Amino acid sequence: MTAWFKRKEKGIQTSTEEKKDTPKGLWYKSPTGKIVESEDLAKNFYVSPEDDYHVRIGSKEYFEILFDNNKFTELDAKLTSKDPLKFEDTKKYAERLKAAQKKTGLKDAVRTGYGKSLGKDLVVCCMDFKFIGGSMGSVVGEKIARGIDYAIKKKVPFMMISKSGGARMMEAALSLMQLAKTSAKLAQLSEAGLPYISLCTDPTTGGTTASYAMLGDINIAEPGALIGFAGPRIVKDTTGKELPEGFQSSEFLLEHGFLDFISHRKDLKRKINLYIDLIQNNPVRKEA
Amino acid sequence: MEYLDFELPIKELEEQLDKCMIIGEESDVDVTETCKQIEKKLADTRKEIYKNLTAWQRVQLSRHPNRPYTLDYIKAICGDTFLELHGDRNVKDDKAMIGGLGKINDQSFMFIGQQKGYNTKTRQYRNFGMANPEGYRKALRLMKSAEKFQVPVVCFIDTPGAYPGIEAEERGQGEAIARNILEMTRLKVPIIVVIIGEGASGGALGIGVGDKVLMLENTWYSVISPESCSSILWRSWEYKERAAEALKLTATDMKKLKLIDEIVREPAGGAHANREKTFETVKNKIASHFEQLQKLSPKELVNQRMEKYAQMGVFNG
Repeated sequence: MTAWFKRKEKGIQTSTEEKKDTPKGLWYKSPTGKIVESEDLAKNFYVSPEDDYHVRIGSKEYFEILFDNNKFTELDAKLTSKDPLKFEDTKKYAERLKAAQKKTGLKDAVRTGYGKSLGKDLVVCCMDFKFIGGSMGSVVGEKIARGIDYAIKKKVPFMMISKSGGARMMEAALSLMQLAKTSAKLAQLSEAGLPYISLCTDPTTGGTTASYAMLGDINIAEPGALIGFAGPRIVKDTTGKELPEGFQSSEFLLEHGFLDFISHRKDLKRKINLYIDLIQNNPVRKEA
Repeated sequence: MEYLDFELPIKELEEQLDKCMIIGEESDVDVTETCKQIEKKLADTRKEIYKNLTAWQRVQLSRHPNRPYTLDYIKAICGDTFLELHGDRNVKDDKAMIGGLGKINDQSFMFIGQQKGYNTKTRQYRNFGMANPEGYRKALRLMKSAEKFQVPVVCFIDTPGAYPGIEAEERGQGEAIARNILEMTRLKVPIIVVIIGEGASGGALGIGVGDKVLMLENTWYSVISPESCSSILWRSWEYKERAAEALKLTATDMKKLKLIDEIVREPAGGAHANREKTFETVKNKIASHFEQLQKLSPKELVNQRMEKYAQMGVFNG
């Protein structure tokens, strides 16, 4: 090596302000280590084009995928949680709610959209995992119930996108009873003869699987999602057994008879609408 | 193409015809006349063989390795409108029993049927078309879903029987088939059943109760396979031909006994000799029967179906 290549002064001399940095969120790294530009990821339905990894997304992105031109009306947007039990763990529930709202810009863990998908009306309730782990409390239960009521009133199909760790512990048994409340509403939807599509995404666990996530006229899932009642860690600790490969994955559930099919996110809009047209005996709509 | 033993004269003539055409291409000899003669002989031989098929020969044809299977029919009939649905919501997705929604013209149907494989690997995957209890429960789930949304049901039957396994018994094979039979008698939507291959016993009837039951010309439907019947009653597998005759298992016999409603003609040489034509015929049959059944109210439909099954049986006094 010649001398011109040699560092003259020791250490890094650039001041912090002058340092060049890559802005956050420009790149996405999938679990298999593939790197994707965020823009490309969004264009590809938030699925890594390299390995088909379905990135966890929220209601904003699902509505964008499902509703024509991303046009929809949000229902019951103002519902927020109370703290009826004055619950406190390492943090007060009231404070936790405030922090989650501030961090995510969401009011709670589910949003309801009403709009057109391939030109026909559809009600979609979609959970947001980033809001306290997509946990289901009174607000989630109430918003789903109202979403179903709206579907019945308008006589349109109902779709539920689950992405949840389960019931919200901070609302204890009030949260548990949301399983019964939402299931009762689904029974009414069924009586009304309207189709119910349940989409399970990563993760769909706990109380959600023990209620609306498993009650669809069709239950479908995204590839590779974790779906189960008791989480894998709990099953392993309780039984003391090694879990089989792919345990509680979408593919595992399909094999065991709980899913009608697994859909890649790019096919989601076409496939749910194909199902709706077939089961309602209407002409099959094509994507524009 | 694979040939059955009684089809060998056809195979020979086809080979002669091929040779004749090659000679015509490779030399100056005019073979037009010779080819024509062979073609005529081939057509006559084919007609002769298929006109006088024995019961056993029809059983062989129903199991012909080139014969179209359930998914072949559905995909040909529905094209890209077919949406396969899986699972019994209980234990498993049975690969020997398939189902899903699809369109014939503008009408939706729920299709259900046993599925066989076309090579060693897929035959194992499909368990040779022998469904487990979860297969029958998957079928029932789809039928109930069709009923809920007033979608008519089409069942394609092609099975050597329900799977006789230990787990199948543990999970209630008998109960699963029984439940299906009962629910199918009172399902409030039209059910059209088409036997496209083998119709073996309870395994077939588990998806086989319908308003219209059609049998393709070269299929069989009975309480037991001729081989098993031979083994039980003659205590040897050698009497399968006699058993096939005795069981009266062909479409013609079944129609005479008033146990099925209609025979669907196959192209000369069997369903596999002209698959497209077979698909077209079956599609039109389903569409025209639905056209008639659709005129009945759910109540009339169920009453008529129950009455039809009440009439079955022959006795003195």
